[in-house]
Order: sequence, then structure tokens, then C-alpha cells
Amino acid sequence: MKRLVAIGLVFAMALTALAGCGGGGGGGQTSGGGGGGETDVIKIGVFQPLTGAYSAGGTIEVQGVDLAKKYCEEKFGKLLGKEVELVIVDNKSDTVEAATAAAKLVEDDKVDIVLGSWGSGLCMAGGDSFKNSKTIAIGASCTNPNVTIGNDYYYRICFLDPFQGTVLANYAYNTLGATKVAAIYEATNDYAVGLYNFFKEAFETLGGEIVETQMYQTEDQDFNSQILTVMAKEPEIIFAPGVESAAAIMMRQTREAGYNDVIFMGGDTWETPMLIDLGGEFVEGCIVTTFFDPAAPLNDITAEFVELYTAEYGTPPAAFTALGFDSYLTAFQAITEAGSTDSDAIMAVLENIVVKGVTGDIAFNEIGDAIKNMAVLKTVQNGEFVFMDTVTIE
Amino acid sequence: MVQWPTLYMFLQSMANAISIGSLYALVAIGYTMVYGILRLINFAHGDIFMMSMYFAFYLVAAFALPWYISFPLAILATGIMGIIVERSAYRPLRDAPRISLLISSIGVSYLFQNFAVVVFSGIQKQFPQVPFLQEMVVIGKVRIQVLTFVMPVVTAVFVAALLFLVNKTKVGMAMRASSKDFETSRLMGIDVNRIISVTFAVGSMLAALGAIMWGLKYPKIDPYVGSMPGLKCFIAAVIGGIGNINGAVVGAMLLGFIEIMIVLFLPALSAYKDAFAFVALIAILLFRPTGLLGEKKADKV
Repeated sequence: MKRLVAIGLVFAMALTALAGCGGGGGGGQTSGGGGGGETDVIKIGVFQPLTGAYSAGGTIEVQGVDLAKKYCEEKFGKLLGKEVELVIVDNKSDTVEAATAAAKLVEDDKVDIVLGSWGSGLCMAGGDSFKNSKTIAIGASCTNPNVTIGNDYYYRICFLDPFQGTVLANYAYNTLGATKVAAIYEATNDYAVGLYNFFKEAFETLGGEIVETQMYQTEDQDFNSQILTVMAKEPEIIFAPGVESAAAIMMRQTREAGYNDVIFMGGDTWETPMLIDLGGEFVEGCIVTTFFDPAAPLNDITAEFVELYTAEYGTPPAAFTALGFDSYLTAFQAITEAGSTDSDAIMAVLENIVVKGVTGDIAFNEIGDAIKNMAVLKTVQNGEFVFMDTVTIE
Repeated sequence: MVQWPTLYMFLQSMANAISIGSLYALVAIGYTMVYGILRLINFAHGDIFMMSMYFAFYLVAAFALPWYISFPLAILATGIMGIIVERSAYRPLRDAPRISLLISSIGVSYLFQNFAVVVFSGIQKQFPQVPFLQEMVVIGKVRIQVLTFVMPVVTAVFVAALLFLVNKTKVGMAMRASSKDFETSRLMGIDVNRIISVTFAVGSMLAALGAIMWGLKYPKIDPYVGSMPGLKCFIAAVIGGIGNINGAVVGAMLLGFIEIMIVLFLPALSAYKDAFAFVALIAILLFRPTGLLGEKKADKV
């Protein structure tokens, strides 16, 4: 009897481990023709954090990719006469796991192109694999400059952190009239460290002062000490770039400690339902920069996308979903125009491509970054992200 | 580098340290009890902690039970789960070398984590909140959540109950006897297997209690939420002297203080808060391997 239970348990364990690998991957095992690389499917790798601290962002970005696949199938049919297969891998919100996941995508799954990831640090961890295997990767929401610098194969369709930091600093200094800002940022996240530095530079150039800086680790849940230290310097704004679950808990603990006036500002990572789920009433009034606003369609595709998403999921889409959608559109159009899945051919096309996406027109500069100079500022009101302002910097 | 906090900051941090220390204590006791009897470091303890958070979450979210029913049910369910884990993963290895037990416990830990990813999904969830515990008490300038008062009180009550159980009851006597020597205990008519089951149930239920209060304080749940608290509470148990219940409480309180006070006095090190737990572990292993309250034990021959 005991042995039976033990054996049963071992099987259960093996099963869950297997399921974990395939988790949401929609199979991911079609080995196709095998021989000369001629297969009847085009494999698009989706490289995203589906577990761990960044899973909320990764998951909604995958929703966008999924939706775009359906949209393209309906509108354009097959891609180069072939079916498209999404190979979704979980990079587990961890840079070591991300490197492994990226290697798996290019070596085992032999995908033709990669989309993702949420989180610049994860992109950088996977970047070498894509570069060495000459696989093109299109980042949807990774904003740190270092993702594409020195990597010819990495492209991205969103704005960059130097821009985002400037937008936030301008808003803090000019619109909110703040001169004293404190920062509490995620020390183990390349994105957060980068954004903090760009913000600091821009804010100090404007004449403001960073009065105190504190850090935390991705999985931290207690920020009381940091909050006390920071609030002793009486800042008007706390700038807290980093993962949204930490930010939500930080805001909760700040309000609970009785600091009701200080304004929280953060970057694009905050705009997920998770921030509001975890933070509740405590995140009201925080200010974020993001890429896109579903309430103000930029073009007819935006409207179509918002309608599609709302029909499928019942809520308006977040910016990450829109970018996920656009990353697929970009890959689809690039492969169509190139007429093959050969990386060199796609790269040649990407040089001059203009993709009409839901977040606006996408074109790339010589580094591989999208030429975008518009950011949307949002705040939380009554448990929802509300549009505040659009900022353009020339 | 060193920041001298104001009295107000110090008192506020003190309250935080006591509440976090009492959380650690509840979980550390589970490690120490299991070690005391089986000489096993139960690596699955942190994941039992995680599962109990999900139990509480689903009892509230899916069955719409009020917290005062669902939390005790979650604690009970975790206790039963502790017994099942012991029966299926540890009992078959009772006569195997100790290292096999250790490996089995690591297996259980991964099983739970992967199970949670598959069944509950990897996306974080919000732990149900109890409004009156979130209210603030204001004493002078110091603002303290009701929960912060509740946590040490709950911990004290349950630790007292546990000490009573271990020191004054028949089951407790059997536990103490089993921790000394299985064979002799069996000869004296003690059902050692039953006692071990009880130990696991009690340890798991205390972990569940800790998990629920953890969730009330830090409302994020994900499948890996138990790993850091698990590690830290293990460290707390070692600092206090693993195998000793009083030691686990002392170690946990000390760890809570170290973590909070280091960040308060040395704000530049705020990002390395977790590292200090491990530094403390290394220090204690170097200078007092049996822990603060641990007794030196001769190996059984």
C-alpha cells in the first residue's frame, strides 16, 4: 500500500514536471520535416516570463501575441503558405532561466523568429543566444537601451528608457512642480536601475534634487524601513521603478504608515491589472508612463484590436497586450515582405519597414529601436488606469 | 554611511521587527519540531506554507466563505496535508539513510511548486484581506497596524499552547521520548509513527497560521512565495538551535531584528537585506554550531 502511494506520487511528480515544461506552450513539439530545414510550419518563439515576479506582465503580453495570430490568420490567411506555430517558453522571471529558455528556443525548437520578452534584463540574458544563432528577436516592451545595443539581431517596437525617464522627470518638475524626489528602485532589475539613472539625470538637469535613494530586491515584500528612511527627507514624490507587485505593496505600506501626500511615480511596468489587484485603494493617484491608451485609438487597427480584445477577455487591453500584438504584426509583415524566414532577408526588410500597428506606426533606426517619441501618462482612479496626458519629446 | 534614526523611526521599526520576528517564529517551529524527532530538515516546509496560503485564498475566493471560517479550515487542511506528505514521502524511508529523507523532502518541495504553477498558475494573486486588522493605531507619531499587534499575540498564545502540549501532555512526552530514541520508545509502547504524524500535523498547522498572517501583511501569493520565508525560518531555527522550540522563537525574533535594524541603521545596504540572514547563518555555524539554545548532542551509536 505504502509503496503504491509512493509510486503514485512519483508519477504525479513526473506529470506535473512535464506539464510545467509544456505549460501553455500549446504543444511545442512538432518536429516537422527534420531534414533540410524545410518545414511546413513557421515557428514563432514567444519568450516571456509566465511564472515568478514578472508573470503578470508576461502573461498579458502573450495574450496580445495570441490575439494577433488569430487576427492575422483571419485577415491574411497563412504566412508564406504555411501555418504559424507559436512556441511559448517561460523564462521564469529569472536571468539564468532566461538564458536557458532562449537557448532552448533556438537550439531545440529551432524557431524562425522570437518575440519578447517583458523585462529588459531577461531580454539581455537571452540576447546572446539569439545573436549567436542569428535568430531575429523583436522585443515588445523591453525599454532598456542595452537590449539592442551591440546586438544586430534584437529589435524592439517600444520607446526607450532615456526617453521615458525624461518624460517622467519633466512631468514631475514642470507639471507637478516638485523639486524634491526620493527613489526606491529594484536593485536586481536592469530596467529599474537604468530608468532610475535616466530619470535622475533628467531631473537634476532640470534643477530638481534626488534627496534619498533606496533599493530593494525583486521578491522583497517589506519596504517599511526604506519608506521610513526616504520619508525622513520629506520628498514630494517617490519614484519607484520596478516590478509592479513590489510597487503596489510599497504604496500600501507607505499609506499605512501615514504618508498620504507623497505622490508615487513609476514606469511602464506598473500598468498591469496586478498593480490594482494587489494595491487596491492604496495605489490611487500614482502616475505611470506607458505606451498606449485604448480609449484614444490612433488608427483603425487600434479600434479593431480594442474591440477584439474586449470581446475575448472582457476588459480593455493594457499597453503590454497592444505591444505584444504589434510585435507579432511586425514579424508577420517582415516575413511576408522578405518572402522567406531567412534572417538576413528579414533584416534587410526591417531596415525600411513601416508597420501600421495598434500603438502607432513602427519603423526602426539603425540600432534596431523603434522610432517613437510619444508616451502616454496615466494615473489610477477608482481602481482603473485613466488617461492623463500624451507627451511628445522631439 | 550609518544613519542615526529618530526615536520615532526606531519605535516604528521596533514594531515591524517584533511582528516579522513572530511570523518567522511560527514557521521556524515547524522546522525545529520535525528535526527534533526525525533529524530531518524538511525542505518542503516552505512549500507547505505556500500551499496553505492558496488554501486560504481559494476558500475565500472560490467558496466565498468569510475569513473566520476559511482561515481555520485552511489551517486544518494544511495539517492534513502535512500528515499526507509524511506518510507518502517520509514514512516509506523510515529505515533508509537520512540523506534519502532529505532528498525526498526536496522532491516534495519541487512537486508542490510545480503543482501550484500548473493548477493555480504562475501569476500572483492577492491574499484576502480582513479589514479590521488593516486599521491603524496611532500612538503619538507612531502608526501601527492592528495586525502588527495581533501577530505577536497570536504567536505567543500558540507557542504557549505548543509548549504545554510538548511538556505537559502524554503526546508531548511521547514526542520527547521519540526524539531521543525510536527503538526504545517503541519498546515502551509508543506508536512512533502516530507521534511523527502528530508532529507533522502540528508543525504544518503552525506554518499555515504563519502563512495566513504573512498573507495579511504581504498580500502577494505565487507558487514560489514560500521559498524565501522557508529559507529564512530554517536559518532562524538553526540560529536558535535546531531541535529546540524555545530556540526557534529566539532565533526568529533575532532574525527579524537583524533584518529590520540593519536597513534602518545602514540604509545604503537596503538592497542586501536578505543577505544578512545568510551572514547570520554562517556566523552562527562558525562560532556556535549548535545554535544559541541548542545543546551539544553526542551522535547516537
